[in-house]
Amino acid sequence: MTIHQTSLRRPSLRRRGFLVSGAAVAGGFSLGFHVPFEDGAAHGQTVKELNAWVVIHPDDKVVIRIARSEMGQGTLTGLCQLVAEELECDWNKVAWEYPTPGENVARNRVWKNFSTGGSRGIRESQQYVREGGAMAREMLIAAAAAQLKVPAAELIAANSVITHKASGKTVAYGAVAAAAAQLEPPKEVKLKDPKDWKIAGKPVKRLDTVDKVTGKQIYGIDLVLPGMLVATVRACPVIGGKLKSFDAAKIEKMPGVKKVVAIDGNAVVVVADTYWNARTALAALPTDWDIGDLGKVSSETIAAMLKEGLDAPEAFVGNKAGDAKAAIAGAAKKVEATYSFPYQHHVTMEPMNATARYTADKCEVWCGTQNGEAALAAASEASGLPVAKCDVIKQLLGGGFGRRGRSDYVRQAVLVAKEMPGTPIKLIWSREEDMTHCQYHPITMAKMTGGLDAQGNLVGLQIRISGQSILASLLPQNLQNGMDPVMFQGLMASGVEAAYGYNVPNLLIDHAMRNPHITAGFWRGVNTNQNAVYMESFMDELADAAGQDALAFRMKLLKPKWAAVLKAAADKAGYGKPLPAGHFHGLAQVMGYGSYVAGVAEVSVNADGQLKIHKITAATNCGHVVNPAQIDRQVAGSFAYGLSAALYGEITVKDGAVEQTNFDSYNMMRIDEMPHVETVLVPTGDFWGGVGEPTIAVAAPAVLNAIARATGKRVRNLPLMHHELKKGA
Amino acid sequence: MAVLNVNGKALNHNADPRTPLLWVLREQLGLTGTKYGCGIAQCGSCTVLIDGVATRSCQVPANSVGNRKVTTIEGLAASGQLNKIQAAWVAIDVPQCGYCQSGMVMAATALLAAKPKPTDADIDAAMTNICRCGTYQQVREAIHAAAKA
Repeated sequence: MTIHQTSLRRPSLRRRGFLVSGAAVAGGFSLGFHVPFEDGAAHGQTVKELNAWVVIHPDDKVVIRIARSEMGQGTLTGLCQLVAEELECDWNKVAWEYPTPGENVARNRVWKNFSTGGSRGIRESQQYVREGGAMAREMLIAAAAAQLKVPAAELIAANSVITHKASGKTVAYGAVAAAAAQLEPPKEVKLKDPKDWKIAGKPVKRLDTVDKVTGKQIYGIDLVLPGMLVATVRACPVIGGKLKSFDAAKIEKMPGVKKVVAIDGNAVVVVADTYWNARTALAALPTDWDIGDLGKVSSETIAAMLKEGLDAPEAFVGNKAGDAKAAIAGAAKKVEATYSFPYQHHVTMEPMNATARYTADKCEVWCGTQNGEAALAAASEASGLPVAKCDVIKQLLGGGFGRRGRSDYVRQAVLVAKEMPGTPIKLIWSREEDMTHCQYHPITMAKMTGGLDAQGNLVGLQIRISGQSILASLLPQNLQNGMDPVMFQGLMASGVEAAYGYNVPNLLIDHAMRNPHITAGFWRGVNTNQNAVYMESFMDELADAAGQDALAFRMKLLKPKWAAVLKAAADKAGYGKPLPAGHFHGLAQVMGYGSYVAGVAEVSVNADGQLKIHKITAATNCGHVVNPAQIDRQVAGSFAYGLSAALYGEITVKDGAVEQTNFDSYNMMRIDEMPHVETVLVPTGDFWGGVGEPTIAVAAPAVLNAIARATGKRVRNLPLMHHELKKGA
Repeated sequence: MAVLNVNGKALNHNADPRTPLLWVLREQLGLTGTKYGCGIAQCGSCTVLIDGVATRSCQVPANSVGNRKVTTIEGLAASGQLNKIQAAWVAIDVPQCGYCQSGMVMAATALLAAKPKPTDADIDAAMTNICRCGTYQQVREAIHAAAKA
């Protein structure tokens, strides 16, 4: 395929980079730089791809196409490593580009899934991207064999060069790529044993770093198109409310204002020459909203709704073994506790934005998105044009965390662009709009009941979750007879994705669905987060009631893979060994996104009740390690994300609307609160697990368990900022 | 028409004089390396140097800058060579999504100018920028590395 150029899809607008001097950068702090990669079409020549994943240019440049979205998690570099490994190319010659979702549709989904969520990027595409690299390699070898007139079996490919050992002849990839591209791809290829990896499995540098420290990196919000106007939106402050009226005449004469439009019956948009002028005018626009009975909803009414669910007779059963109720009733000791987990906001650093250009026969969108194909579908639906006449040109994301898996902002941009055909419209949400119109981490409560026998063995456990379902909010078609199976992440009876690790003879885990009007969504780690807080905090409560050590109590109950990763973390942290005076350990484990993770937190709480998280030790078994340096950063970053939520994260509701509007009312961890995170990788090589999300879930419970050791206080309701940790208080 | 001294050049713009410096840089002068994060001087994504002082440009009206020297992320490697802070950032592979990193690099530039060998406590006090990906550990490491370079 040739990447076609149109007037708007210039190379600078599609993300391309070519790392020219990686070695120099690593060696001597000299300038590594990206030159814009222009494919042959721009020069009147065509460079034919070897296959959907690999294009090799005559000068040996290797362009690897990546369908998943890069949002900081490193999937781009990791997937390029996997392709390059099988391709046997020179890593320093690797550049990358995004195919568009429209091209994917046009080519019968040759790149398969664009969706980037659920920590799926590497684990669910590794097989076919490696095959793409291996097939391209075999085609290059076949072309070289024809050129050298030797059997292909006598050729070895390495580092972008094909060598005929017997004669000493060599052929560079670039010299045979054009001939190779004419060949039929092999029917099957044998993938390398990970033991033999030279690029994959290694801590190679990311491919997307330099532009991020020079200001050159273009995110969606930075995009400039010829003739572009900038828009900003105010939707009804109460999610689900409607626009009653607005007085455009009041602002139409303000500087730079081009148009004031209502969209979707629930929002007003000001289009202006600049964002600042659009924002200034929107602030002065009188609006009236119809919020109906939603105005009666508050955090208190939501809490009451959930509380009722804790003892409601009807609930969806997610995991059941034996007879938990009977076992607990007959137990020597009964332990009971109720926990809660609030709404959370993703807070991507780059607020939501999208740029759209609509004409009667084409709709193009430029945006950061975690789901290019969903954005394409949204563009088609909002424009009224068939998918074949739409496309989405993906930009790098200034954070995703699940938020950019939704396409609400894409729809809005297209609706506005449709009002001004031919004019590109960049729609930017203010931080205030972003904070108040999210799909929030769902709110839940849990009633935990455990029974211990006379020897302190856990004989029965009941978990009643009450609260909001993400699927009911966003994907009701995916509910199974009304039940949301995603509610049970980390608590499922079986499976390779999110299974419960404890052997409990009598178990009942169920969910009373209670859905407030606040939209719930996928938030990095999703339901693993609160489920791990509930389960792992309560495990410590049970161990205490049994008079047993928290680690020993868990190890008796855990299945082998769960136990191994917890032990790895505990060993590395020196759990059970003396700590500095006033320091205490807390631990937690979970299986999520196909991986097994555990964390040990070391904290102290001083006489004033001030918490200090000194150190985190985190173990991960993700099966295969593609880039240990990037896993290390994902794990450390997971604690920044998870602990920000544990310390400060809480979205509250008043008069039907979200109360928090910006970073002054929704706080996050800074560098001074960030503990040192030590990562322990214990891959067992027998499966492929995800990395971006699972560790977040152990952050809060490990710290909560350490706090309980330090203070004797069991915090059961997040965030921590509401709790006085001072002794005696 | 107003003039700003940015990255060593006198640049003209037509924005309303009260427009925040952030939006003049981004929308009038085409310097989009300085990012919008919150607009209320909390997150630090919009950090620039004004006469060498790390400043959150979202809360600085353009007409208050006068002839003071503004340095943005684009001004650090103006000669085509990464400065030692950017080089340390690259060597340690600090950025994840990268959106906050312009502000981080600018704050670190001001810190190292004031304290060439900062302690961890100095870093804690000076680096108040928010990073949601959680690059804090690498930011700290890179500042120490740049101090040694």
